[in-house]
Amino acid sequence: MAAVPDDASVADSSALLEASGLIKSFGPVVALRGADLRVRGGEIHALMGANGAGKSTLVKILTGALTADGGTITLGGRPRTFHSTSEARRAGLICVYQDPSLLPDLTVLQNLKLTATPISLFRHYLAELGLEGFDLQSLPRELARPTLSLLDLARALAIEPQLLLLDEITASLPADLTVRVFNVARQLRAEGRSVIFISHRLAEVGALCDRATVLRDGKTVGVVEPAQGGEERIVKLMLGPVAEEVAAEAASPSAPATGAVSMEVRDLKAGMLSGVSFMLRFGEVLGVAALEGQGQQELFDCLAGVRRPESGQIVVGGKARVFRHPADAIRAGVVLIPADRLQALLRQRSVRENIALPLVNRFSRWGPINPRREKRRVESAVKRLQIDTRVQSEVRRLSGGNQQKVGIARWLASGFNTLLCFDPTRGIDIGTKRQIYGLVKELAANGSAVLLFTSELPEIQLACNRVIVLFGGELVDEMPASEADEQALLRAAHGLPSEADAEQQAPEGA
Amino acid sequence: MVRLVQQRSIVVLIALLVALAGLIEVIRPGAVNANWVSNILEFAAPLGILAAGQTLVVITSGIDLSVANVATASAYIMASQAPFGVTRGIIAGLLVGIVVGLVNGVGVAVFRVQPLIMTLAMGLVVTGTLNVYSQASVRSVPGVPDVIHTLGSGTVLGYVPVSLFLWALLAAVLIVGLRGTGFGRLLYALGDNPEATRLAGVRGWQVLLANYTACGLLSAVAGIVLAGTVNAADLSLANVLLLPSVAAVVIGGTSIFGGSGSYAGTIVGALILTVLNSVLTLLDVADAVKQVLYGAIIVLLAAAYTRVLGRE
Ligand SMILES: Nc1ncnc2c1ncn2[C@@H]1O[C@H](COP(=O)(O)OP(=O)(O)OP(=O)(O)O)[C@@H](O)[C@H]1O
Ligand SMILES: [Mg+2]
Repeated sequence: MAAVPDDASVADSSALLEASGLIKSFGPVVALRGADLRVRGGEIHALMGANGAGKSTLVKILTGALTADGGTITLGGRPRTFHSTSEARRAGLICVYQDPSLLPDLTVLQNLKLTATPISLFRHYLAELGLEGFDLQSLPRELARPTLSLLDLARALAIEPQLLLLDEITASLPADLTVRVFNVARQLRAEGRSVIFISHRLAEVGALCDRATVLRDGKTVGVVEPAQGGEERIVKLMLGPVAEEVAAEAASPSAPATGAVSMEVRDLKAGMLSGVSFMLRFGEVLGVAALEGQGQQELFDCLAGVRRPESGQIVVGGKARVFRHPADAIRAGVVLIPADRLQALLRQRSVRENIALPLVNRFSRWGPINPRREKRRVESAVKRLQIDTRVQSEVRRLSGGNQQKVGIARWLASGFNTLLCFDPTRGIDIGTKRQIYGLVKELAANGSAVLLFTSELPEIQLACNRVIVLFGGELVDEMPASEADEQALLRAAHGLPSEADAEQQAPEGA
Repeated sequence: MVRLVQQRSIVVLIALLVALAGLIEVIRPGAVNANWVSNILEFAAPLGILAAGQTLVVITSGIDLSVANVATASAYIMASQAPFGVTRGIIAGLLVGIVVGLVNGVGVAVFRVQPLIMTLAMGLVVTGTLNVYSQASVRSVPGVPDVIHTLGSGTVLGYVPVSLFLWALLAAVLIVGLRGTGFGRLLYALGDNPEATRLAGVRGWQVLLANYTACGLLSAVAGIVLAGTVNAADLSLANVLLLPSVAAVVIGGTSIFGGSGSYAGTIVGALILTVLNSVLTLLDVADAVKQVLYGAIIVLLAAAYTRVLGRE
């Protein structure tokens, strides 16, 4: 839908920002080895690349949060190097980073004052993003992740930047809020300002961006116009030689499984969730499709022992269970991978300690750790997920996608029989995504049961045998994966009747 | 330089320690000798043991402001019970630490009171109770039994303090325990991200309860050793050690925000503070000024560490 704007042919001397040959290493890890980027005035420019390609590092360098080891940056034709984010801010460059940046224990208002943000403009943009009437006295610690992202965005917009950088902002946003972010970005473009947009979702890039720069292993490997069927080229450039392999793996949906029942949910009620019953079998991946906030969060939280249901039953292994604490669920073999890695990771601790946490808690208890067993289990999980562990120190130094993989790896290392995956591929590149779905299928094939919620409906068919659809806290539909194409799921997720029924009742509603 | 501090902070600390010793040698040539080293170790031992408990608590992003009060009370109770048998005295002293630690733990882990408030309040309760106890018991300030005096200030081979053996033993247990046991891992995990730790199936309150109890016990041990070192068990015995116990932890590189740090760092921190104290004593600096200095050190180092280690 987004055509390349008229000024697409303007010579590159009109570039607003031009970075060339950027180099950056962290100790032994080379994050950037010659990255080039040219952003014009009045364009939305995508920055694409697999996990760990160096996207976040690049935007951090552009906005002064990191300094490059080599290379040049020019802004409006003049060479510039920023030594701090506030210096970049004064020059009109501001970034909404991958992780929320408000200080958790100050009120939002205090946070704004700390960064000298114009309050009235901030409010204006908040309203534009759908948060009118937001209480500035609230503490970020108590706010949900999507809200935090929007606050960061509004704070960035409030300084009226010349160039706005968005690092995976949509990864934590539901669809309706994503649309609002898009509108704001388009509005900036119309005013002649520019946006750098990072996302792993090709569809978003295709819909929003004028051009895309693709990074691979820290190097710029191409500039593509995504609107003109360039999406496939982006994937090829991003993944390099392995692209073919990945494409081949995108297999057909699996048939429904007939294994023993792993978990039976009877009339479960909690918050939004108003009476849901279903069965999960060993050997199957059961998909959960739902729009934002239809009770799926409550469902997963109850099943994992994170919250107590108001009523209803959870039967695991033939016995009705009451999970008072995640430990109870884990003992029954039920484990959760949450969507938000900040919720699951010890950011200051090593990859090894993060992966080994449940393992240690279960087998060593408080006693001595068997270092050999720990190393063996951790290494095999790392290998299986191909986690980039060149950084042996703290987990926070890993790229976002690799952090997410660490959260998954810990359960591979400690073992389980029922896996609850809540949107496990947020912020994960397309190659790795396929790999994770492949892994999920494999786990099921080896006898585990998997319950999988994903916010990206087309992915249901990649991994699942069967799908249940939640709407308004109720289970409104169930279908085998072979019928669960995006259209059918969307219809069901909006609470509409299936195509066949719809044709009988209201043909124009299809 | 920044990288050096990040990866080898303990080396930097030891260099600082040596520099301070050098300073003493400059102020008073010939002062730094085997005898001086022996003295420093003897005085560092009770502080090091007190700061051991503090390290455990700070790693979980808590703080224990009752350590000094507990140490004082334990030493006093030990001494006042010693006439009925030294073993009975020691057990009574250690029990004080365990009980106060347990109460702290219940407050913080079960009722979720802020550690700062819980332990501050407990410290006041302990001191108040001790005052009442001391007035009720007829005897004046009790004497320290010989065994404890030897433990606190005796030496082996002329130079090696007896208390060093106890300290080394505790240090070995702590260093190995923090690194190589599930309990140690869970302390770091809780300090880093309690929510994530819960999701991994850890019942955090049990860990915290045990941890505050361990801190109370270590404080009691420190108090008893200190009573032996100064050969007295009065009502303000360890009170000056509260700030240094926190300072030693912070100097040693344990993050005030929890989730990282080590006891090895704290040991060096305790040594630095003891040497610093000896410099200040040489320069005839008043006690109040010393306290101001310790406070300043804590704030400066906390700020420096956050800067250097970068909280992104
Ligand atoms: N502070 C740091 N210390 C050490 N290594 C780092 C640091 N920050 C990034 N890296 C490394 O640099 C590489 C590039 O990371 P970067 O975060 O830029 O990737 P990314 O393209 O944003 O990936 P993702 O899509 O997963 O967010 C990774 O290998 C990462 O581990
Ligand atoms: Mg990133």
